[in-house]
Amino acid sequence: MLKQIEGSRAVAEAIALCRPEVICAYPISPQTHIVEALGEMVKSEKLAPCEFINVESEFAAMSVAIGASATGARAYTATASQGLLFMVEAVYNASGLGLPIVMTVANRAIGAPINIWNDHSDSLSQRDSGWMQLFAETNQEALDLHIQAFKLAEELSLPVMVCMDGFILTHAYEQVDMPTQQQVDAYLQPYEPRQVLDPREPVSIGAMVGPEAFMEVRYLAHAKQMQALERIPQLAAEFKQIFGRDTGGLVHTYRAEDAETIVVAMGSVLGTIKDTVDEMRDDGHKIGVLGITSFRPFPLAQVRAALQNAKRVVVLEKSLAVGIGGILSTDVRMALSGLQLHGYTVVAGLGGRAITRKSLHKLFREAQQDTLQQLTFLDLDWDVVNKQLARERAVRRSGPAAENMLRDIGTVASKIA
Amino acid sequence: MPFQPIKFYQTGTFTVGNRLLKPEDRSVQSHRDRSNAINSGHRACQGCGEALGARYALDAAMEATGSQLIAANATGCLEVFTTPYPETSWQLPWMHSLFGNAAAVATGIAAALKVKGRSEVRVVAQGGDGGTTDIGFGCLSGMFERNDDVLYICYDNEAYMNTGVQRSSATPPAARTATTMPVGPNPGNEFGQGKFVPAIAMAHEIPYVATATVADLRDLEAKVKRAMEFRGARYIHILVPCPLGWGTASHDTIHIARLAHETGLFPVFEAEHGVQVSALPIRKQLPVEEYLKPQKRFAHLFGAKPKLDVIARIQERADRNIRKYGMVQREEVL
Repeated sequence: MLKQIEGSRAVAEAIALCRPEVICAYPISPQTHIVEALGEMVKSEKLAPCEFINVESEFAAMSVAIGASATGARAYTATASQGLLFMVEAVYNASGLGLPIVMTVANRAIGAPINIWNDHSDSLSQRDSGWMQLFAETNQEALDLHIQAFKLAEELSLPVMVCMDGFILTHAYEQVDMPTQQQVDAYLQPYEPRQVLDPREPVSIGAMVGPEAFMEVRYLAHAKQMQALERIPQLAAEFKQIFGRDTGGLVHTYRAEDAETIVVAMGSVLGTIKDTVDEMRDDGHKIGVLGITSFRPFPLAQVRAALQNAKRVVVLEKSLAVGIGGILSTDVRMALSGLQLHGYTVVAGLGGRAITRKSLHKLFREAQQDTLQQLTFLDLDWDVVNKQLARERAVRRSGPAAENMLRDIGTVASKIA
Repeated sequence: MPFQPIKFYQTGTFTVGNRLLKPEDRSVQSHRDRSNAINSGHRACQGCGEALGARYALDAAMEATGSQLIAANATGCLEVFTTPYPETSWQLPWMHSLFGNAAAVATGIAAALKVKGRSEVRVVAQGGDGGTTDIGFGCLSGMFERNDDVLYICYDNEAYMNTGVQRSSATPPAARTATTMPVGPNPGNEFGQGKFVPAIAMAHEIPYVATATVADLRDLEAKVKRAMEFRGARYIHILVPCPLGWGTASHDTIHIARLAHETGLFPVFEAEHGVQVSALPIRKQLPVEEYLKPQKRFAHLFGAKPKLDVIARIQERADRNIRKYGMVQREEVL
């Protein structure tokens, strides 16, 4: 059924259709609307049987989900940014224990400086946590990926983060096709745990593992993510059979067949990139797009296959690995090892900085001419940076940097071009 | 459960011998069919108070629930010495997640059981004082405030023993630990304001709060059974001497625990819905020196020049506990 609905609400309704049994909620923007909606559904008994637990921190949210999942319940929570960092110890624990929890990450920047707007720093910081990470391009995809995520997580006994851009998706009202309960029930079977705390069959879970087996246990997690590389496309195909939509999978190409330049990105920015590419195609430029849906496991072979015939690759990512450059681009480079390609890392949109078609046009043309810096910061205000660097050279007690730079910019807070 | 010969752990007490009691009044530990929730063969130190306390508490909880019990465990000695996998001491479903989240994991277990309609299965969470009063305190308070159906048991040995005897917020004043060495003008742990978590639990007005020591088996068992009569959040704080960390003889664990009560330094009481309902009376109040002297962690208070001022401050704390919790001698009560 088509609905004009907020992204968070759409995701909440899709999660409810997945019949979660324990939901842990702790408020943090921009995921809060999702758990608010779920809380209302549980309280009004529209979603039952389900326990909705208002916890005292994100660390507790993940810990409650761990206990619930280990007792055989389908467990869900949502977080973002500082909240994800606050629960990190439990994030690693959930994957280490092999508990198929599904969590929405409404992607948001990490402070300091504190910032509530979108980039991918939060979930990418959990790159090696053992969780699978699926990135949604649209609200429809966010909704659909949650349904696939429960199935993927439970088949492999590994947790999944569904990543959707904070505000850009979570707070955007757009049309989505809401599945029926019948469709979801046909796709997603009840959770059958591999391990469960039950007095009828007592087990010990979470024992200390020494050097004699630690490597093997950790390797098993990797082996499962390699299995996921095979399962994710199959799950997308099975999804299409029931829901009639192409959603999910590992990667998606757009007008990339004969492209000399291919832009790689994740999440909602793919929409703006595709619009820009359409315009450039109209002008005769051979440019295409590779969208990555599955960041973990990372589909090395599919990325290589999609890019190997291009002359150059521009990885545009909403994240920064301070001290080296890109996070996503490092993985893409790994996929391209041995190939003679021009590769560019473009760090863009940090802390919600708008990524506009105008900026992308300029960027892509520079890339085509190979005049782009290997590491480029899109729309960086060099004046502000240089002024602060000069200030720090001149005075020891130069004061707090962020406040200085805001003062230099003045009262215009928005950098939308 | 395979047959295991009964081991009697408690000797030399004032309690009435089990053989004089009617079978139904005898302690759980004296039952041949007790659950042995923590089976023998674990790796605890000789004389470990925590191993004893956990065994007493869980066997009582298992009896009270008809063995319908699941345990969540914080990181710490108890977790490490019971699960040198592939061996495990636990005869009940047991889970260890992290150091600071046992209360929250237990909440999750209880929520899953509720949603699955298995209300007959009960949940305990357990941890040491570090996992309870320090790093796990946020999760513990959250569990109390929501009144989740969990019994949390803290085995308090007054320091981080698993990592090598460092100070926790449950470490008493003047005690030597690896991070409060007996050097400088104020040797040992500082005199802080203290952080007595049973009182904080009472402030949450949860259905049941109790303290106990491993010196009084019957009192401890009765409190665990009483706790299981309630639904909602419950808290039992058990003092468990640590021969390694306290510098006491392995065979003195129960003796030291009894002295902690009989000096008044560790108040033993029960509270329901935030109101104290009982105190274990002290038969004959002993001076704190009797408790402090056998412990090497307080050795710097004695010797050629005893620190009488410090001992007097500790005595004040004991006297205040006795007044505050009404642990006066039985004769005075009557």
